[in-house]
Amino acid sequence: MAELTCRYSSVQTMGTLDGPGVRFILFLQGCPLHCGYCHNPETRAFDGGKTATVTEIMAMVSRCRSYFGKKGGITVSGGEPLMQAEFVTELFKECKKAGIHTCVDTSGCILNGNIEKMLDYTDLCLLDIKMTNDKDYKEYIGCDMSAPLKFLQKLSEKKVPVWLRQVIVKGINDNEENVKLFNGIAEKYDNVTYTELLPFRKLCESKYEEMKIPFPFGIYPETDKAVIEKLTAFLTKTNK
Amino acid sequence: MGILSERFKEYWEGFKEGSWQDGIDTRDFIIRNFTPYYGDSSFLCGPTERTKALNEKLNALFKEEREKGGVLDINTEVVSSLCNYPAAYLDRENELIVGYQTDKPLCRGVNPFGGIRMARSACEAYGYKLSEKVEEHFEYRTTHNDGVFRVYTDEMKLARHVGIITGLPDAYGRGRIIGDYRRVALYGVDYLIEQKTLDKKKIGEGVMDVETIRLSEELFQQISFLKKMKEMAMMYGYDISLPARDTKEAIQWTYFAYLASIKEQNGAAMSLGRVSTFFDIYVCRDMERGTITEEQAQELIDDFVMKLRSARHLRTPEYNELFGGDPMWITESVGGITTENVPLVTKGSYRMLNTLYNLGSSPEPNLTVLWSERLPEPFKKFCAQISIDTDSIQYENDDLMRMEYGDDYAIACCVSAMKVGKQMQFFGARFNLPKLLLLTINGGYDNVTGMKLGPQMEPMQDEYLDFYKVKERLNVYRSWLCKLYVNTMNVIHYMHDKYAYEKTQMALHDTEVERLMAFGIAGLSVMADSLSAIKYAKVKPIRDENGYIVDFDIEGDFPKFGNDDNRVDKIAQNIIQKVSAELKLNPTYRGALHTLSALTITSNVVYGKKTGSTPDGRKKGEPFAPGANPMHNRETNGAVASLNSVAKLQYDYCRDGISNTFSIIPDALGRDEEERAENLVAILDGYFSNYAHHLNVNVLNKEKLIEAYENPEAYPNLTIRVSGYAVNFHKLSREQQREVISRTFHSSI
Repeated sequence: MAELTCRYSSVQTMGTLDGPGVRFILFLQGCPLHCGYCHNPETRAFDGGKTATVTEIMAMVSRCRSYFGKKGGITVSGGEPLMQAEFVTELFKECKKAGIHTCVDTSGCILNGNIEKMLDYTDLCLLDIKMTNDKDYKEYIGCDMSAPLKFLQKLSEKKVPVWLRQVIVKGINDNEENVKLFNGIAEKYDNVTYTELLPFRKLCESKYEEMKIPFPFGIYPETDKAVIEKLTAFLTKTNK
Repeated sequence: MGILSERFKEYWEGFKEGSWQDGIDTRDFIIRNFTPYYGDSSFLCGPTERTKALNEKLNALFKEEREKGGVLDINTEVVSSLCNYPAAYLDRENELIVGYQTDKPLCRGVNPFGGIRMARSACEAYGYKLSEKVEEHFEYRTTHNDGVFRVYTDEMKLARHVGIITGLPDAYGRGRIIGDYRRVALYGVDYLIEQKTLDKKKIGEGVMDVETIRLSEELFQQISFLKKMKEMAMMYGYDISLPARDTKEAIQWTYFAYLASIKEQNGAAMSLGRVSTFFDIYVCRDMERGTITEEQAQELIDDFVMKLRSARHLRTPEYNELFGGDPMWITESVGGITTENVPLVTKGSYRMLNTLYNLGSSPEPNLTVLWSERLPEPFKKFCAQISIDTDSIQYENDDLMRMEYGDDYAIACCVSAMKVGKQMQFFGARFNLPKLLLLTINGGYDNVTGMKLGPQMEPMQDEYLDFYKVKERLNVYRSWLCKLYVNTMNVIHYMHDKYAYEKTQMALHDTEVERLMAFGIAGLSVMADSLSAIKYAKVKPIRDENGYIVDFDIEGDFPKFGNDDNRVDKIAQNIIQKVSAELKLNPTYRGALHTLSALTITSNVVYGKKTGSTPDGRKKGEPFAPGANPMHNRETNGAVASLNSVAKLQYDYCRDGISNTFSIIPDALGRDEEERAENLVAILDGYFSNYAHHLNVNVLNKEKLIEAYENPEAYPNLTIRVSGYAVNFHKLSREQQREVISRTFHSSI
């Protein structure tokens, strides 16, 4: 049987923000959502990017292994990694064999048998709760809010540790009310160990220009560090 | 009990016995007496009121120096030497460790032994005039520079003029020699004189030939300057004929030995060695005796470091272009482990690093952590935290160097390891690799100066450069250049020994010393990427009206150094192997061992300026990457891939060091302080476990540098690491500052 291949956009050999420690980040290609603030628009198309086999990715990961320290490992991000769950499962199996910590960074927008299987090899899930109401989800993200909540329920059943994250955008969700709703979701599940608010950044603006497509959230300003600090104070789960 | 231990009984009381009591053996003393420390930094003391006040005085002088354009004052009347100036103080009542280079703090002395022209033009550059007295004296004296130019061949002068070999120490002191300054504290000067006298006598009993006659005369000079060192110390009221009795004396004696060396020599790099753990042995003994507190111990180290921060040499503006930031390279190596795998980390190691907090961040002394996987975790974390807070320390791989140099080596300058007191180095700057490539394809024509040198051939005629043809021709030109380079170095060091011999420092070495001859290369990543472009893309030369190649059209993509891609990384490895092998074919002066470094200091800017467009797409005049760094903005896979590429360069072929500077923005290193320090430790562990040699670490925002570029007065103490050493950002030239700003900052989005 031919080895599974993935479509990926790029790798980052020194990631320190997507999971614990120093991590190898694999950005898979293809995402069904169209988040207004998406910072990797080049990873959306399903037919773009490069291809690689599990063996090829593992070769890259092993070159980074000595930098992982006690906490680091691999994070599969995207694009939407759930769309290539079969590949991720095989990749994570190999990582587990090699004793490497596995993490998936996802929107949680779909759930199926392949994804459930993938979760059996996942040490940590970074789940974006992108908005805290269904209307915003439909308007800015492109799916129902029930999707990530269903996914979170599954993570809870499978006892996969979760970090919940949300990007804060001025005028949309930069308020205490929103953070309380976010807390409510986090508190419902014991497996949610950590929550984090991230500032909306516009470093990706040049990517949109290059691709000659509009940046939907281009009209919003970057979120101040002070706002994030203020709102983070309301979070109830902040110990990793 | 030996005779010596009886003689020095009261000085050595409380120390553990060993062979160090039968003859000079500082390493044995340390190994038997040091107390490893596995704890964290919580025992450390902050600066005392006295320290703060003294440091403020010193900072005020630094400010005045800055305002005067970088030089506070020059004593143009007296030639710098051990006893030529009266004792000088910053604040006599409050200084714990004493001694300045000249008659005033920060005042620079003139040292024309390397070359009178250099001394004269350095004075003039700052609005001074070298005194008639000094001029007259040197009219009847041959300097090192005079000697070199009497022998330089036309080809050597041409290679120097064209800038294919540059930065050669032919007009200033070569430096890079580390005296074992600790010997003065441990044994006292009289014993050192006795030993040298015995050595000299023994030589006289053998065959007197060129080698032994030279050595015998050198020993005469060493003995004479050891006597002067005593005299110099007496001017400050200290008798250093006998060993130090306590911590304060141990530091003072060691400092006097160092001070004597920098009064005598104006070498490019005047490194300190490895003193922190040595001092800690005295601190531990005094603590046991109840005669010192932690606060007092720190105070002494702080005071010692203030003296080191005051060391100055007079340089010309041209010199500053090569070695920006007015460096002295007072490199102090901290940490490492013993050959028995016990960490050499003591509380003394912490105290030395703590000076960066107590006195504020600073480029000098050039604090260098010898990193081993086996260093205690709390120490690793403390170092990482200091890097994050001050950007003032560098890291070198002890696990790699210990195999070659044992456990009492130290770093000279940036990355040059040598056994303290047992090895010395003939420093040899570096040659310009990309220029060699351009000379090769143009058949011995330099397209910047329009001059011809090296084997003469037709410029390459192909429409597209052919990798194998270029490679073949490169063999010819490399072989020519390496021979010329070794010969040039032989001339320089013969003359340096003859006319500017480092008698003070060599008196603090074994008489039978091992010599290393340190060659260097610049523009490694430009060269590797250029060859990669020729091999993997299509490189079409653009010719001028005379048929000489002056630029290139590059069609298609090619692998670039810094992406952990073996296709090009192997090319880089190969460049180093070939140069190293070729150099070794040529015999060296005094049988020195050939070593090689990939290190540029800040000269990557000047080298780039003097080099035409290269096949990798770099345009004429643009800077090279510093040291062994990948070229700016050519990395696409993130920082680990970049580090991995550099780690592949083999230390075996590059024994004088492989310098890499790593700059990262704080946000890309982790979410908070704790995480950032932890991650930096993981990165250092990872990098060095891959047999990498050196890493400079900067954790700062590009924006901050741009701000400092625009408002220098707002950032007087901003310290950053550049190729192998640290500098005050404001002391770099505008051009060097721009280059640092443009350099790759690793960020993660």
